[in-house]
Amino acid sequence: MFGLNEIIITLFNGISLGSILLLIALGLAITFGLMNVINMAHGELIMVGAYITYVIQNLFVNYAPPEYFDLYFIISIPVALIVAAGIGMLLEVSLIRHLYKRPLDSLLATWGIGLILQQTARSIFGAPNVGVTSPSFLTGGLEVGTLFLPYSRLFILGLSIVCLFSIFYYFYRTASGRRIRAVMQNRQMAECLGVSTRKVDMLTFAIGSGFAGVAGCALTLLGAIGPTIGTSYIIDAFMVVVVGGVGALFGAVTGAFGIGILNTVFEYVTNATLGKVLIFVVIIAFLQWRPSGLVMSRSRSLD
Amino acid sequence: MQNTIYQKLLSRRVIFSLIFLLLLAAPLFMSDFRLNLLGKFLAFAILAIGLDLLWGYTGVLSLGHGIFFGIGAYCMAMYLKLEATGGTLPDFMAWSGMSELPLIWLPFQYPIIAILLGILIPAVVALFIGYLTFRNRISGVYFTILSQALVLVVVTLFVGSQNLTGGTSGLTNFKTLFGFQVNSASTQTAFYLITVVVLGLVFFACRKLIKGRFGKILVGIRDGENRMRFLGYNPSAYKTFIYTLSGGIAGLAGMLFVLQVGIISPTMIGIIPSIEMVLWVALGGRGTLIGPIIGAVLVNAAKTGFSESYPDIWTYFLGLLFVLVVVFLPKGITGLFEKWSDRRKKQDVSSSVEVEKSYS
Repeated sequence: MFGLNEIIITLFNGISLGSILLLIALGLAITFGLMNVINMAHGELIMVGAYITYVIQNLFVNYAPPEYFDLYFIISIPVALIVAAGIGMLLEVSLIRHLYKRPLDSLLATWGIGLILQQTARSIFGAPNVGVTSPSFLTGGLEVGTLFLPYSRLFILGLSIVCLFSIFYYFYRTASGRRIRAVMQNRQMAECLGVSTRKVDMLTFAIGSGFAGVAGCALTLLGAIGPTIGTSYIIDAFMVVVVGGVGALFGAVTGAFGIGILNTVFEYVTNATLGKVLIFVVIIAFLQWRPSGLVMSRSRSLD
Repeated sequence: MQNTIYQKLLSRRVIFSLIFLLLLAAPLFMSDFRLNLLGKFLAFAILAIGLDLLWGYTGVLSLGHGIFFGIGAYCMAMYLKLEATGGTLPDFMAWSGMSELPLIWLPFQYPIIAILLGILIPAVVALFIGYLTFRNRISGVYFTILSQALVLVVVTLFVGSQNLTGGTSGLTNFKTLFGFQVNSASTQTAFYLITVVVLGLVFFACRKLIKGRFGKILVGIRDGENRMRFLGYNPSAYKTFIYTLSGGIAGLAGMLFVLQVGIISPTMIGIIPSIEMVLWVALGGRGTLIGPIIGAVLVNAAKTGFSESYPDIWTYFLGLLFVLVVVFLPKGITGLFEKWSDRRKKQDVSSSVEVEKSYS
């Protein structure tokens, strides 16, 4: 009934979805793990990244010679990273900093911010979706036998792996990353030892938001973009964080690919609607077994 | 001292009764259109009370109450739809090629069963989800995220099963209830009065629940769950119970809503409406019972006023409201009143101890 080709294609699509979720959830996992803040505006930061790509594309169309057009995508990734990180930093300094003790309140406030950002995008770019032309080196795909693997999806997979490794390197091999982990594990003790938790919080939030921008950039490869582009992925990305557990990148990776692959398989075997229901049931069932996610951060403190 | 407390109680009771009477008398001096709107807001207020029991008192934030509201509304709508078609197939089912009434629609031919199911189904769904999550001490933001995912799942399910729920266009075109014309002015007035009475009943029932020992336990769970556990209480059971109750109340509100608005569709119960419900409670004042009512009526009145003429500005305003309420008004409008009356009291009694409650 299911041929080998179909199985491989479904698996590939699952991995591809997983890599998108990973790209989105990385930022969430960092901010949630460190500050216990659920940033509901994360989806809108993705949207910011996507629209930045769109704007840069238009700039290239209008002002750059056509032979350099493909460069726009390479430029937009760092620009999206920086702008989204900047917005994230601003958000942290002006709003989230005051709500650290109240995680549910920060969730609501960031949702309000997300709503404002979304409406701003709608005012500037209009409600209908806009298209971004993929650069020529990412159109087409790799043909392996009878299989066709689009370059764009392979690129996103590669991008998420690069992001993962750079975060890993940053966290485990640099002094600044070590400080972040110190604050994550024991905030008071880190503070006592002279780590400026203020600065660390700001930096971490900026990094998490920056990754949202990169994810937005990547999403333009998959289709048209609109003001609500972030919301369609964000809940799944939250589920990745819930399933993966807090405090370890490994959890986010497993969660992302697990949910991505299961989602695609369920949707392939049943249909899009039932697939969503099934994945929710699986997640609830999974949480019966591992209530605090795949990777638990051990702590002796209760409250 | 004793005297002032007694006076305060008296005055508060008097104020509540006055508001209640004023709402009951509203049909005398309001136009049908405005009465209908107010009835809708009051249906929302019923839901807001239930949500506040969960969030304001027990400290569990659910972003998924639109679902319970929606299930209640659909239960009522299914009965109304069957009544309108006179026992034959509703039009959308015929369009999607069905020849006979599906099994899950059968109980909804009978109004009493439909009304009971409208409360029971949301409550059972809440009981199920609540039991499975609270039992494992999944709390705080984890539960909140799960509740939002629940919305996504149920809405997808409702949109996807076109032949059972009417898909994105939902259920509408109702004619009669118990033989009365649904859309006639007198029936609508009756629905309004029923809504006011139900609101009053829910309010006083919840007040009874909250004022006693039970309410103290809920607040204890909110402020220090583990301490309550050490004291021998089982917070999971309390949370599950409140979540179930709150789901049932939401279902009740949904039924009253659909009677007065005449349509229910997935967009009315989705992610954004669900989170707006939380805003009603936050603005009105969580941890009080009158707050959610004020919040629900105010936000919806503003929404009706604004969003028709300036939908863009309304969205900005809504976003801003979330931020402002959370940052500057964590106790909502009732918090403002409390502060004001505290200040007045301070002039009388010089020593008063401020008890800072940690919210959320």
